[in-house]
Amino acid sequence: MKYVDEYRDPEVVWQLAAQIRRLVRRPWNIMEICGGQTHAIMRFSLDSLLPPQIRLIHGPGCPVCVTPVEIVDRAIELAGRPRVMLCSFGDMLRVPGSRKDLFTAKSEGADIRVVYSPLDALRLAQENPDREVVFFAIGFETTAPANAMALRLAKQRGVKNFSVLVAHVLVPPAIEAILQAPGCQVQGFLAAGHVCTVMGLEAYRPIAEKYRTPIVVTGFEPVDILQGILCCVRQLEQGRHEVENAYGRSVRPEGNRHAQRQIEEVFQLADRKWRGIGLIPASGLELRPPYWEFDAVRRFGLEGLVAEEPAECLAGQVLQGQKRPPECALFGLQCTPEHPQGAPMVSAEGVCAAYYRYRRNLDAAGSLKKGP
Amino acid sequence: MCLGIPGKLVEVYQKDELPMGKADFGGVVKEVCLAYTPEAQPGEYVLVHVGFAISRIDQDEADQIFSMLAQMEELADSAPELDSPAPSPPSWPTPQ
Repeated sequence: MKYVDEYRDPEVVWQLAAQIRRLVRRPWNIMEICGGQTHAIMRFSLDSLLPPQIRLIHGPGCPVCVTPVEIVDRAIELAGRPRVMLCSFGDMLRVPGSRKDLFTAKSEGADIRVVYSPLDALRLAQENPDREVVFFAIGFETTAPANAMALRLAKQRGVKNFSVLVAHVLVPPAIEAILQAPGCQVQGFLAAGHVCTVMGLEAYRPIAEKYRTPIVVTGFEPVDILQGILCCVRQLEQGRHEVENAYGRSVRPEGNRHAQRQIEEVFQLADRKWRGIGLIPASGLELRPPYWEFDAVRRFGLEGLVAEEPAECLAGQVLQGQKRPPECALFGLQCTPEHPQGAPMVSAEGVCAAYYRYRRNLDAAGSLKKGP
Repeated sequence: MCLGIPGKLVEVYQKDELPMGKADFGGVVKEVCLAYTPEAQPGEYVLVHVGFAISRIDQDEADQIFSMLAQMEELADSAPELDSPAPSPPSWPTPQ
């Protein structure tokens, strides 16, 4: 496939890795923000090509992983209400809520549909006027334009039986929260290429400046990721801290203005809880008042349904890059993709799931485990 | 979750007042919404996320990394003393 295959060319990957080895002088900790990048790093073993001075820390950029347990509980509650059809991206179904997950609710008879696009959910609402169709609107800035369009069309078309359970989160406030955390070890960031495709680079400049930390917008294929690391290492070695675009084939400095306008029309900034991390001010999106009629929490009176995070797994520390999955006592034993205890074990982009799939035979120190 | 797949637009049209198109993803053709890339034309590649094209892929930008590496190869090949170790990079002043 064009724009995929050539970015997986081992020879080019090798050349880039050699460039990084040539450039690096000192040890550096670099965080890749997006779960898609983490998955590619594990899948293609890109970290094994890097010189020992470079340590990759995996970031919280997996919306499935950071959606708070309270919102999962609300989705499960909604799915159980009469006449409700809950539409969700497939990844959310096995995320554990306080008592069960959506998949279990579905097996118990709730009408839960997996959709590919929010427009599919809107279409289901129009085709089933006797049902209440609720779309579970999770995601980062990348997904917000699609969800905003479904809402705009619902309003335009007067679709009264459509609503959304909003759990949108934003990347720049999460980067700041990580940088402000005591003991933060991150010295450079690979920013999420598709989030920046939508939002552009502007929001990152004050962060790079304030924390004197380079932020390199990076894509998702092996060549993209090594190019991002190369740019980041070059800045670190030269003592620079700029916002740099290493994913120019998709990211324009100003982002996608059409998409930004649509987000702006439908959503406004809101404080958000992040699973395992806690409340981050102004780190999410909520509906603007003209769209409150589509708010599932208001329509179904779910404001009172609150829940606290279970304390047993290390997801919070893993999501902030303070611990690696194998350091968790549950990893690979009580917690597997089939029986996840924490959200990062659920989605293919969750860091625990990526480690389980590609690194399960390594111990906490990174050496090969003995035994079966 | 923020997965974006490059697809080649094979058709563009209007449907229910929305610019839409058909994109070919390595042989699989799917309908995509072009509301955020209304300028996209058939033959162009767009990056698609949950059924929406979020950018048009810039071919010149896409070529850059490969031409940069090719240039470096050439430089390495034309270096006079291949056996000697590469010189250390200059030390850069730290901008204040």
